[in-house]
Amino acid sequence: MTSSFARRHIGIDSSAQARMLEVVGHSDLEQLMLSAVPEPIRVEHFRSAEDSFLPTPVGEREALEELRALANLNKVRRSFIGQGYYGTITPSVIKRNVLENPSWYTAYTPYQPEISQGRLEALLNFQTMVTDLTALDIANASMLDEGTAAVEAMLIARRASTVDSNVFVVDADVFPQTLSLLEGRAKPLGIELVVADLTKDDAPLGFGVLVQYPASSGRVVDPSAVFARAKAAGAISVAVADLLALTLLTPPGELGADIAAGTTQRFGVPLGFGGPHAGYLAVRSGLERNLPGRLAGVSKDANGEPAYRLTLQAREQHIRREKATSNICTAQVLLAVMASMYAVYHGPSGLRAIAEDVHAAATQLAELLAAAGQPVAHAEFFDTVVIPVPGRASDIAAAVAEAGMLIRVVDPDTVSVSVDELTTRAEIAQIARLIAGGAASSAASAASAASSAVASATDSATGSSNRIPAGLRRHSAFLTHAVFNTHGSETSMMRYLKRLADYDYALDRGMIPLGSCTMKLNAATEMEAVSWPEFAGLHPFAPAADVAGSLALVKQLELWLADVTGYDSVSLQPNAGSQGELAGLLAIRAYHLANGDTQRTVCLIPSSAHGTNAASAVLAGMRVVVVACDDHGNVDLTDLRSKISENANELSALMITYPSTHGVYEHDVLDITQAVHDAGGQVYVDGANMNAMTGYARYGDLGGDVSHLNLHKTFCIPHGGGGPGVGPVAAKAHLAPYLPGHTLAQSSQHVLLAGDTLSSIEHGGTQISAAPYGSASILPISWAYVQMMGLEGIRQATASAVLAANYVAVRLRDHFPVLYTGENGLVAHECILDVRPLTAATGVTVDDVAKRLIDYGFHAPTMSFPVAGTLMVEPTESEDIAELDRFIDAMIAIRAEADQVAEGVWPADNNPLVNAPHTAADLTGDWDRPYSRETGVYPFANTSSELDAHTRVDRIRGKYWPPVRRIDNAFGDRNLVCSCPSPEAFASS
Amino acid sequence: MPNPTDLKYTAEHEWLREDGDVATVGITAFAAEKLGDIVYIELPRVGTTVSAGSIVGEIESTKSVGELYSPVSGEVTEVNDAVVGSPELVNSEPFGAGWLVKVRVTALGETMDSVAYDTLTGA
Repeated sequence: MTSSFARRHIGIDSSAQARMLEVVGHSDLEQLMLSAVPEPIRVEHFRSAEDSFLPTPVGEREALEELRALANLNKVRRSFIGQGYYGTITPSVIKRNVLENPSWYTAYTPYQPEISQGRLEALLNFQTMVTDLTALDIANASMLDEGTAAVEAMLIARRASTVDSNVFVVDADVFPQTLSLLEGRAKPLGIELVVADLTKDDAPLGFGVLVQYPASSGRVVDPSAVFARAKAAGAISVAVADLLALTLLTPPGELGADIAAGTTQRFGVPLGFGGPHAGYLAVRSGLERNLPGRLAGVSKDANGEPAYRLTLQAREQHIRREKATSNICTAQVLLAVMASMYAVYHGPSGLRAIAEDVHAAATQLAELLAAAGQPVAHAEFFDTVVIPVPGRASDIAAAVAEAGMLIRVVDPDTVSVSVDELTTRAEIAQIARLIAGGAASSAASAASAASSAVASATDSATGSSNRIPAGLRRHSAFLTHAVFNTHGSETSMMRYLKRLADYDYALDRGMIPLGSCTMKLNAATEMEAVSWPEFAGLHPFAPAADVAGSLALVKQLELWLADVTGYDSVSLQPNAGSQGELAGLLAIRAYHLANGDTQRTVCLIPSSAHGTNAASAVLAGMRVVVVACDDHGNVDLTDLRSKISENANELSALMITYPSTHGVYEHDVLDITQAVHDAGGQVYVDGANMNAMTGYARYGDLGGDVSHLNLHKTFCIPHGGGGPGVGPVAAKAHLAPYLPGHTLAQSSQHVLLAGDTLSSIEHGGTQISAAPYGSASILPISWAYVQMMGLEGIRQATASAVLAANYVAVRLRDHFPVLYTGENGLVAHECILDVRPLTAATGVTVDDVAKRLIDYGFHAPTMSFPVAGTLMVEPTESEDIAELDRFIDAMIAIRAEADQVAEGVWPADNNPLVNAPHTAADLTGDWDRPYSRETGVYPFANTSSELDAHTRVDRIRGKYWPPVRRIDNAFGDRNLVCSCPSPEAFASS
Repeated sequence: MPNPTDLKYTAEHEWLREDGDVATVGITAFAAEKLGDIVYIELPRVGTTVSAGSIVGEIESTKSVGELYSPVSGEVTEVNDAVVGSPELVNSEPFGAGWLVKVRVTALGETMDSVAYDTLTGA
């Protein structure tokens, strides 16, 4: 049954489908798919559609009702659990204009900087916020969460330290989820993790030390002594620091830290049952070239005016491949934008006032308890009070829960209370009563005396005494830049967010045909539940009973993803594709180790693979051996066999992408996976291209043992301008026990779908994210997509995506050669257009074509991946034929413009292509170019002769204007500036 | 840009000019062109002992990050601070002002003459 939603999701209607099928030469969609997908891998050979566990599709209203029912199973109590996750108020102006605004959430990673100035400015604000608050020199934008940011800090320390040691020392008082992440990630890299009390003068040092500041127990301890010892020894010092606390505390940079890491969650980003949130990572000057992930920077455009771009991209993992030292790829842009805007909105004094309120509430709690004769563990703290309650911790927590609040049970004798921006004095008084009152529970009268002591003290306990050590109070200024001191009124904030959004090109303007990125529709109904408080308000370590709805949703999604991939069990923990990759490879590693095959460490990776594959393999402790590809872009079977036999005894895994990174269904895939299995290796199938497979073939059936999926591609989670991502890892049963575990998970049991039998299995592998279910609050998006599409809708989406790619390929192949095709001359869901012949003939480069597309009102396709000098186009199923034709017309027109360069009509160094993109400012001032201004800015008006008058006028009126001209990449990399430029920078240009 | 005939070359696209026991080392025009716009150069400290074939520095362009291999063994006597400040010198004058390090040579690695290097690079 086709769902009513499918026709909303799929842009190609039946008449368009007929026209497109005619162009590609096929009679119907099923026949196209029969020709495109190799016969032996089709799903019908492995199981029938009737056995599918995918839901019967429902409409949008029904899906929301079902989500509402799941939401109602969650119980949102006010959380005082803390541990890196705090209640926070998302300013409504930010919720409505950023989180719920497709201009922000449907944008892609800002690799095309000219059309991404808005979010690049927001990311520079983020970096400035982090560097100011930490008092370090350079911050990136951003990390996946606090725990993985701490892991990356450890990896930087190992590279930058001059100490000849494999020991990394972690203070004992860190969050448990961070410690277990560090332990799991250190092991495959041969790093020995030592846990010690770093407040002691004789603590060990190793190549680096890591301190949580304030500590897990809430204590505020000066780490400068151990940092000074580390520096003297050549070791690197890391502070995992709470940004809100840093408005009141001496920042890490002033205490001698080389690196600071942490989360920005409590800057207005909802708890979300663990994510997504933006982690941060900042370093002192000199370490910036070791920073992983994405870094926004300032460069200049062709007019010499300041313009923003991602900087130092050559150091990203996908370029460094097996020499990479990090596999971090996706950031958390949408959440980083929210956190940065929270700082813009509140400004330095507002942030400090929030921190002071938080600290006053914590102080009030300590005072109330003291008045009732209940001691607290530490006299000095910021927001967390630890209370010794011998033998009563569980009882107290239960009583507090009864009152609608959650506190942390540290151990049977200790509870801890972390206060936040939402905390009221009444809550503090009630918690104090419940804790202190219970202290004398054996004697009712004493209990009531303690209660009345709290009650009488409530008026006098003002919380005005300062429990921050005098020597650790912050004196330095922060957020002095104008942007943090201008937008305090909601009108100003709303207009600032609108202005930045208008700078950018997102899916709400037009098609983003990025190959390998699957920029499909992120439907409004799918997005709806993300900000419901029942999903957004849960603490990741809330009791299982409170999160029953979210756990039920997780289980259903695990089942559906297992079903559609042909695997047996799925973990939703990884926060990005790269993390899913790493989790999968770590599962393979654990499997070999469990079998006693300690020597199996070689990972075979085809030369065409995405660079992140190699980076992840290195971080899983594997050695990369590259397998050649043939002229058609397929894995060279002969070379594969010889590499397998050369490394037979050491073979751990092969990583392949299917369909290939060249956008082709490789025919030999079954031979490839068989050869690896025969040699005792495991097969990792990269799921980046799953949008060409879903419903037609399954990785498990191809011989895959484990895969990661990108829910932000195939399953409709928006790209958020460069994150969040969700990268579930799916595996066959033999690897399932090694999928990511989490000691604080509400349940370690996960769906096991063996054949058609449903049971459960424990995931006990290396933890990969800080939170047990990763970015749990955005899982309703993918859940809703599957629920509304069902198997038949998903199959239609896949076939429509393949049809759209082939339609583009056929219509453009006379203008740009299509580099690779598979069986029957068909591509899969994307096609590579070869610009190299054009470059050779005319000097017009792939960059010129990409930038000229901006003038025509498009986001460029993927540039120079997987083949340099080419464009990879993935239209997806969501675009309608009018938009596909608009793109095709633009590409044909650009080709004609390039021909004019070749014919000498325009000089090679002064033509509409090399000068692209053109801005509104090009319409003013002198004009000395050999083409008209109109050709520069309204090329589509001249060349689209077939356009009817109305459409032509619409396009001219609706034109997207890039805010800057082409940006100078080399200048930005040579002159590294990664914080907000001063107003003078603009004045001087 | 032709490869000067008075220099020695390596398969990793370094050149060296010998002057007594001190060799000046740089990367060839071919390498600089392949790298594209060079944006950052990391060189060893003066006094560092290097061995032929070992990694002694890093050259970063807008497109990639490459390693600098020492074509000789010996001790670094001088590094070109000018290219650290202006990496584009390596693009504009690879055989001249864009030199990278000077090494007091104790042993020479494998090198070739300009004719062989022309052949290698199809010049």
